Amino acid sequence: MPPPAPQPNVRVVTLTIDGKDFSARADETVIELCRENKIPIPSLCYMDGLSIWGACRLCLVEVVGQGRLVAACSTRVAEGMNILTNTERLQRYRRTIVELLFAERNHVCSVCVSNGHCELQWLAQKCGVDHVRVPYRQVRNEVDSSHEMFRLDHNRCILCTRCVRVCDEIEGAHTWDVMGRGSDCRVITDLARPWGESETCTGCGKCVQVCPTGALVKQGTSAGEMVKDQHFLPILARRRHAQ
Amino acid sequence: MNLDDLAEKAEEYRARDAGITHEVRVCVAAACQSGGSLPVLEALKAECSDGGTCKVKGVGCMGLCSAGPMVAIAPKGGTIPDSILYREVKPHDAVEVLASVGGTPVERLHTPTDQPFFARQQRIVRENSGLIDPESFTGYVAAGGYAGLIKALSEMTPGDVLREMTTSGLRGRGGGGYPTGLKWSTVAKMPADQKYVICNGDEGDPGAFMDRAVLESDPHRVLEGMAIAAYAIGATKGYVYVRAEYPLAVERMELAIRKAKRSGFLGSKIAETQFSFEVEIRLGAGAFVCGEETALMASIEGLRGQPRPRPPYPAEAGLWGYPTLINNVETFANIAPIITHGGEWFAGIGTEKSKGTKVFALAGSIRNIGLIEVPMGMSLREIIEEIGGGCPGGKAFKAVQTGGPSGGCIPAQHLDIAVDYDSLKTLGTMMGSGGMIVMDETCDMVDVARYFMEFCMSESCGKCIPCRTGTWQMHELLDRITKSKGTHKDLALLEELCDVVQATSLCGLGQSAPNPVLSTLRYFREEYEAKLTAE
Repeated sequence: MPPPAPQPNVRVVTLTIDGKDFSARADETVIELCRENKIPIPSLCYMDGLSIWGACRLCLVEVVGQGRLVAACSTRVAEGMNILTNTERLQRYRRTIVELLFAERNHVCSVCVSNGHCELQWLAQKCGVDHVRVPYRQVRNEVDSSHEMFRLDHNRCILCTRCVRVCDEIEGAHTWDVMGRGSDCRVITDLARPWGESETCTGCGKCVQVCPTGALVKQGTSAGEMVKDQHFLPILARRRHAQ
Repeated sequence: MNLDDLAEKAEEYRARDAGITHEVRVCVAAACQSGGSLPVLEALKAECSDGGTCKVKGVGCMGLCSAGPMVAIAPKGGTIPDSILYREVKPHDAVEVLASVGGTPVERLHTPTDQPFFARQQRIVRENSGLIDPESFTGYVAAGGYAGLIKALSEMTPGDVLREMTTSGLRGRGGGGYPTGLKWSTVAKMPADQKYVICNGDEGDPGAFMDRAVLESDPHRVLEGMAIAAYAIGATKGYVYVRAEYPLAVERMELAIRKAKRSGFLGSKIAETQFSFEVEIRLGAGAFVCGEETALMASIEGLRGQPRPRPPYPAEAGLWGYPTLINNVETFANIAPIITHGGEWFAGIGTEKSKGTKVFALAGSIRNIGLIEVPMGMSLREIIEEIGGGCPGGKAFKAVQTGGPSGGCIPAQHLDIAVDYDSLKTLGTMMGSGGMIVMDETCDMVDVARYFMEFCMSESCGKCIPCRTGTWQMHELLDRITKSKGTHKDLALLEELCDVVQATSLCGLGQSAPNPVLSTLRYFREEYEAKLTAE
């Protein structure tokens, strides 16, 4: 879905967010306005410049007078809207959603390449997830290291589809897709062939850059790959003594 | 073409059968076919040789599916209550059945038609079902078909049609109960060069088969409804989205589209007016979520069948971004009679806020399994105990599940409620598409909840996190509880997850997935607690 085309005569509306008044262009979404005014709204699938996906449900906000929660990424601002972004109820929901994500696959921060610069980890800290109450699923997922520059680790994937969208909408290659349904969903390259065999991948690495977790990474960055090659010492020593 | 021309045509078709006094109708819908009705039809055709006063023909669903294959002997043009009805007919019964035409019924096979199952029904959607040959275009026209479309095209403006729909008070039969007139008007008001009409035939609730029977028994009626809708909203293209698991419905719909097109009731310049309307079939590939309108449209567009956030609603930006009207099969089957008899007539049936009739599929622990059509506002007790015949084997009724995996159960103490959209909502369930699964005293309600959660888990598309992983977690907890391994902590967690998944999921599938759990907890909490173990 391409981003909506800007309208020529856009009205400006005023609305309230967490008790403060703001003005916004009528074609802006709630999340854009919040980001602009430094109001923190957690999100994982939303990314400025990519189409709206509306799947992580972390950016849900309350609109006073409206029964259902709305996703800030897919909701346009409107005149007189009264939005609450951080109620106790929303905090509880966000926390549970992050917990569900942690329990779904194997997000073990201590051995993850992205430890310390991971959006999921950061969100978990922000949402106060100090432990996970739901049982871990403990499913073993595959790792695809067939690409010469990049690696895909399904264990860390949260199916935000940023890689799918950036590849399709920005790079124009559409190498990525999603297959399966429900819990069996996983991102694939081409028609579920190894990434290294992909005929459409241009190797641009945009997918790696937009990935919020350690699912898409550069080769050679994992903890396991940092192996010291100390065989060189005796060889060097022998050569030096031979002279 | 005007109504008189159509009436003349219908008369001409009826005249072809002038010499016939009786019809032997054999149900050839899916349920009876699976019971072997086609060999019965063959046998009857082979044995029928009385000089042309009796005609053997295949017809659509008669309703009492558990008694199939059904055969009815009716005076020409007679309805089901007028006929002699036979149950579980085998090919070797053909001679006996034919011998009873115009005489005394064969006692061994006879099913009385004055029993409440037939007598208490009011048939609008299923008016032709079981009477006409679903594969015959002339049969539909002879029974008064296409009069609604011709009336709309020759005597009414699109605005008149919209007003008639609003007056009728018809609400969407797919489950949500959104006012049809309002939906149509919204699409009609959208300025666009191209608009679409979609018929949602992706019926997937366990135990529900209403739309299947309508498509298999009276496909022209659905096409007529779609064409009237297209005329009212200004669309020229329509899609019938049917699940591929309904091969017979697909086959009959294809045939109906071809025949209607050949006779000038579909295609360009319908009935010599400027109105054109093309219809194509699209097959669902076995995903329950594709019954959700935005996922359905994605599927028609050739994309992965996943929902997207609303708004924008399909009425504003639907198929390929154009304004689109999506209605359920049963909704479209209601349109032609509303146009023919007028909105006032329709509004006179049913309750204050829910007009007309509703088709229900009775299934589970009930004597008469099959399809019924009753006016809105009939009590559940009448439906289950009188029409359905109650639970077999003298077992006590325990609960009825309405609305499938999105609905909830209604226990015995609420049986006297008058069934309509709003009353069911107050009980924590919903009308849904019309499936009613009856459960008796031997039924384990926790296991029922677990079953529906398993269904939602395996049908979740995987797009949004709460539905994808929440349904899995809830299923795991329910599984633990059914195996008597769950604790009080598990039950509390289950209730919390229900709340999160309900409030945060992207589409209706996730939002309603906790309903069976919440409703069994509401009425049968003690069954959950009895299964819990200490910490």
